[in-house]
Amino acid sequence: METTAHIDFIAAAYAAAVIVVGVLIAWVTLDYRAQGRRIAELELQGFTRRSDTTSARPTSPAKEAAREQTAEQSAEQA
Amino acid sequence: MALIDLANPSRFLKFANGAIPWLAGVTVLVFAFALEQAMIAPDDYQQGATVKIMYLHVPSAWLGMLCWGLMSVAALGTLVWRHPLADVTAKAAAPIGAAFTLLCLVTGSLWGRPEWGTYWVWDARLTSELVLFLLYLAVIALWNTVEDPSRAARAVAVLTLVGAIDLPIIKFSVDWWNTLHQGASVFRVGGSTIYPTILLPLFIMAGAFTLLFITLVLAAMRNEILRRRVRTLQLMQASAAN
Repeated sequence: METTAHIDFIAAAYAAAVIVVGVLIAWVTLDYRAQGRRIAELELQGFTRRSDTTSARPTSPAKEAAREQTAEQSAEQA
Repeated sequence: MALIDLANPSRFLKFANGAIPWLAGVTVLVFAFALEQAMIAPDDYQQGATVKIMYLHVPSAWLGMLCWGLMSVAALGTLVWRHPLADVTAKAAAPIGAAFTLLCLVTGSLWGRPEWGTYWVWDARLTSELVLFLLYLAVIALWNTVEDPSRAARAVAVLTLVGAIDLPIIKFSVDWWNTLHQGASVFRVGGSTIYPTILLPLFIMAGAFTLLFITLVLAAMRNEILRRRVRTLQLMQASAAN
């Protein structure tokens, strides 16, 4: 059988895999940024977990950006 | 770091933050090699090039079942030890398992049409795999229905353990009933029926998929721990406002 036989089905299967894997990667990446941003916002309002002083805390560019943005807003309001 | 240390969410976060970038890098490299091996692998003498769909279909089927197995172990951790990281594992893994099961069903349909002449038949293997996908959706719905994570975890754990009955049904469905789906051809008594030049790329691709699965589960677990921290801080915020 020729390699090109049913190429449309093969291409569709690999396209489906790219879409499913892409959605999963986008989901975990965007969710990580969203949670980091929310924690940064709450911490800037003074809400922190007691154990955070000794535990490992996540850092991300999104978290840093949110922290800077909220700090700027606070400065403008002041 | 001892393995037991990872049972602490904060230590787990530290481990995950360090491990995820490395795992992601290795996953990309292994995937690139696996895809190259899959593309240069010979066509099957009967199926022709459509056998290349197997390199997606079989690993996603394995991981769909492996993920439910992982969730079942986590369910025991929730019900027996009430460990919060068990809840986190179960919740984080469910959407990933659902995605791989969906990919298995879609690629199976696309493989079935040229080989069987139909996208779908209600045979035991296909139906039990569809049941697994529906079970994943039920678990995800249950997580989102109950607001308190610890209460939701116990309900989900029971559903997960009941749903684990579907795993041996999927595995042995092709032996117990007459199915259009082929019988076991990779792991079977008497050895694999697949020629090594096709089997080896399948194992490499399965390794790549497994690395992807581990990376995604670790990342999703990290997100879930952070989500619970957000919830704790929001509760502190709400109580401070009152």
